[in-house]
Amino acid sequence: MTSYIVIGLFIAGIFIGRQLKNKEKTRKRVDKAVNYAIYLLLFLLGISVGINEDIIQNFSRIGYKALLLTIGALAGSILLAKVIYIFFFKKYQEKES
Amino acid sequence: MKGSLIILSFFVAGLLGGLSNIFPDWLLNDDLTTYALYFLMIVVGISIGSDANAFSVLRKMNIRVLLVPLVVIIGSLAGAALVAIFLSDITIQQAMAVGAGFGYYSLSSIFISKLSGDELGVVALLSNIFREIFTLLLMPLLVRYFGKLAGIASGGATSMDTTLPVIVKFSGKEYGVIAIFSGIILTILVPVLVTFILEI
Repeated sequence: MTSYIVIGLFIAGIFIGRQLKNKEKTRKRVDKAVNYAIYLLLFLLGISVGINEDIIQNFSRIGYKALLLTIGALAGSILLAKVIYIFFFKKYQEKES
Repeated sequence: MKGSLIILSFFVAGLLGGLSNIFPDWLLNDDLTTYALYFLMIVVGISIGSDANAFSVLRKMNIRVLLVPLVVIIGSLAGAALVAIFLSDITIQQAMAVGAGFGYYSLSSIFISKLSGDELGVVALLSNIFREIFTLLLMPLLVRYFGKLAGIASGGATSMDTTLPVIVKFSGKEYGVIAIFSGIILTILVPVLVTFILEI
């Protein structure tokens, strides 16, 4: 349930933002608010991870998992990017030049 | 990069404080994180929505360019899912949610820890930080061996800000616009896809 509320707020935020396009000052304040909210939330995540012994004891295993997932996600994206580059971008560029 | 270090230092400060148990219990009240997350999502939305530049870039794009974020989504999710098959302690669904962070580690880790527990949140935090670091370090090799879109694909959601300078440097200015376009689309999709993947 929380997640749908969050998505709803996110979309609402985008629509509110559309009305603030030319308000430079407000935009700067909003970006600052984004940073502070992220600082707070990651700080809180840090605390709850710090008091969680399961996570602390398995930290190297968690890091290893994270690394493998990064390699997987990167390999997939990069290989597909090469395919579309060859078929849709490289040719097009040669035609233009 | 400086911004990333500041963000990380908040996480580490919390971590160290938590380890030595110096914080009062009310800080860990679940409602506090929930409301902070609500607030974050509204302001992130406003920040994206009010970026006039971003929306004009979106309007100018054609279908060919739309392929770029599309292959990042397919490649990241499929690649992470494939890795999960070989790991005993993570489900394919969880792995795909981590992959759907597209390098946007701050938001994705917060989101995932809320939806799926702190442990997966930490996996998402580390994995997506690695994604940004690899992209910054490997850019010249990526472009040389996998073409000019490879760096943009590797950067994922970060190709609109933190990794944009290196992308422009190695792929050229004309690819900067594609990088911003792809980064914006992926940034908007991070919370949507993570929710979708974890809640089905």
